[in-house]
Amino acid sequence: MHVLSKVDSMSNANATPSATAVGISGLRKSFGSNEVLKGIDLNVQSGEVIAIIGKSGSGKSTLLRCINGLEMFQQGKLTVQGLPLVYTDPAAMRQLRQQVGMIFQSFNLFPHLTVGKNIQLAPGLVKQLSPAETEATARRLLARVGLAEKFDAFPDQLSGGQQQRVAIARALAMSPGILLCDEITSALDPELVGEVLAVVESLAQEGMTLLMVTHEMNFARKVSDRVIFMHQGRVHEEGAPDELFANPKTPELQQFLSSLH
Amino acid sequence: MVEFSLWDIVSNLLLAARWTLVLSLIAFLGGGLVGLVLLVARTTHSRSLQQGVALYVQVFQGTPLLMQLFLAYFGMAMLGVETSAWTAAAVALTLYSSAFLTEIWHGCVKSIGKGQWEAAQSLALNFGEQLRYVIFPQAARIAVPPTVGFLVQVVKGTALASVIGFVELTKAGTMITNATFKPFLVYSCVAVLYFLICYPISLYARSLEGRLHVQR
Repeated sequence: MHVLSKVDSMSNANATPSATAVGISGLRKSFGSNEVLKGIDLNVQSGEVIAIIGKSGSGKSTLLRCINGLEMFQQGKLTVQGLPLVYTDPAAMRQLRQQVGMIFQSFNLFPHLTVGKNIQLAPGLVKQLSPAETEATARRLLARVGLAEKFDAFPDQLSGGQQQRVAIARALAMSPGILLCDEITSALDPELVGEVLAVVESLAQEGMTLLMVTHEMNFARKVSDRVIFMHQGRVHEEGAPDELFANPKTPELQQFLSSLH
Repeated sequence: MVEFSLWDIVSNLLLAARWTLVLSLIAFLGGGLVGLVLLVARTTHSRSLQQGVALYVQVFQGTPLLMQLFLAYFGMAMLGVETSAWTAAAVALTLYSSAFLTEIWHGCVKSIGKGQWEAAQSLALNFGEQLRYVIFPQAARIAVPPTVGFLVQVVKGTALASVIGFVELTKAGTMITNATFKPFLVYSCVAVLYFLICYPISLYARSLEGRLHVQR
């Protein structure tokens, strides 16, 4: 897939195809004395689909969580659609987070709200849309993830795969330009993985900028434009999926890939 | 010598029990309001606010309620505030309740998973919205049974207000004893009345626990 051929029509009308969606330079992050990100440089073009792979503890989830400010980093710069991330400025954070949707391994739906209300909550509060508007959006997005009839259900009445699809719809309701997926199929039973990946794939095809941490190598290979291999807090190797999976250059990536089989 | 019938005793105690109920309600509602403010302060990311509230809770949990009542009664007078036993009791019990309620509720907020905060943050909700729409509704569900249970402690705590001269159930019992010279009978009646107030509350707390548990 060529980056320029993708035009994001639905969710991010004002981004031009070649604009930088996420810019990261010299990013360092420590938990106490343990440095987990040791200088990350990464530029993500708008519409690009990036898969981040690597062993657990390599810092891939932490990197993803830095992008929407769930983790604070100590050094370096991070911009989202040209805007720098500033923790100390709540208004700027609110602005930035509207542009960045996040989907979690454990779904994190709000259990006290119905599926519909889960999706309507943030657009109503943050974008101050009317209930009629947010309901229309919620119903449209639910239909899109194949759960139109679950509008009034509570999260605990749904399967894991259905909950994760609701979580995707909830993130999309804010019309983000970028979607972060943090191992979104890792908590699912194997037979439910496909339905979630199908939704992500359709988003990728529509030109959504996607950064996903994943263990689904076949999926990464099929859907992504670029694969990032992280090792010990650094981007160790990166490249087009076919190239990277077929001809891993570093011994660490070779070892990682062979450990999967 | 005047003879007192059992009805004389009970009817006078019942009149005084009104004040036990009123004081309990004031302490509980006032304590709830102050406790909620403290809870929000403790939930923020400000270290100094968190530690301030923690210290407040420790002070009220680490000293006897009786001392708190004395300090409120005599302390406020020393500060030049004219205090009735009423005000002193209401203030002391409100502060006492707020400390315990904020501690109970803090535990409930803590029990809400980190993922709920993160999901709310990721959706660009600000701190107030995160609390109001995501965290507190879930915490409240867990908090109701222990909160209602604590109301029983407040009702019994009001008995101590008798020592600063506030006429509630216990004080009335003492006064009636002095007139009738039947301490065992009178204090038995007092105990029964406390039980009749507290037992339904306990039952209610338990039924709430069952009901809220079933829901989720």
